[in-house]
Amino acid sequence: MDSDTRSKIEVLINSHPVLVFMKGTKLMPQCGFSNNVVQILNALGISFETFDVLSDMEVRQGIKEFSNWPTIPQVYVKGEFIGGSDILIEMYNSGELKEKLEIALAS
Amino acid sequence: MAHLSNVVASIKKALPDAEVKIEDLSGAGDHLQVNVISSSFKGLTRIQQHQLVYGALQKELANEAIHALALNTSIPS
Repeated sequence: MDSDTRSKIEVLINSHPVLVFMKGTKLMPQCGFSNNVVQILNALGISFETFDVLSDMEVRQGIKEFSNWPTIPQVYVKGEFIGGSDILIEMYNSGELKEKLEIALAS
Repeated sequence: MAHLSNVVASIKKALPDAEVKIEDLSGAGDHLQVNVISSSFKGLTRIQQHQLVYGALQKELANEAIHALALNTSIPS
């Protein structure tokens, strides 16, 4: 990944408290896993930004290297990678996600 | 299309003690539900546990033999 892509990613994840790299958009998710994450964050009433990796191939590949995570979607809270669809579902079901977001967004 | 036995073998090569359960969600071998139980996950965060499994499946994920992977990891009870 070239340094432009890396700095682009760093700017993106640090300019939104909650950011989801996904396939498609909130209103038009293009993949079931991306849709899971959108639905979970909506259910918790969390406001979040998204980045459509289908619109930028460098970011689509670069984000996987950036977080050492091979799949999309990827959720970042205050610049920290917290997981993809599976982990978000697990954290949502255990109540851990609500707690983590409340703490992170309160600070 | 990933052959389920290859996926199990790749995981077991990286996690020899792992108990691996695989479900082919699509019938075409590219949408998989994988459950992995291993003591190597002890003390690791969920992200780190999943990264271990993803690391073992680098080849299958890179050549998109696996298109979608729903993963669940746990420690032997």
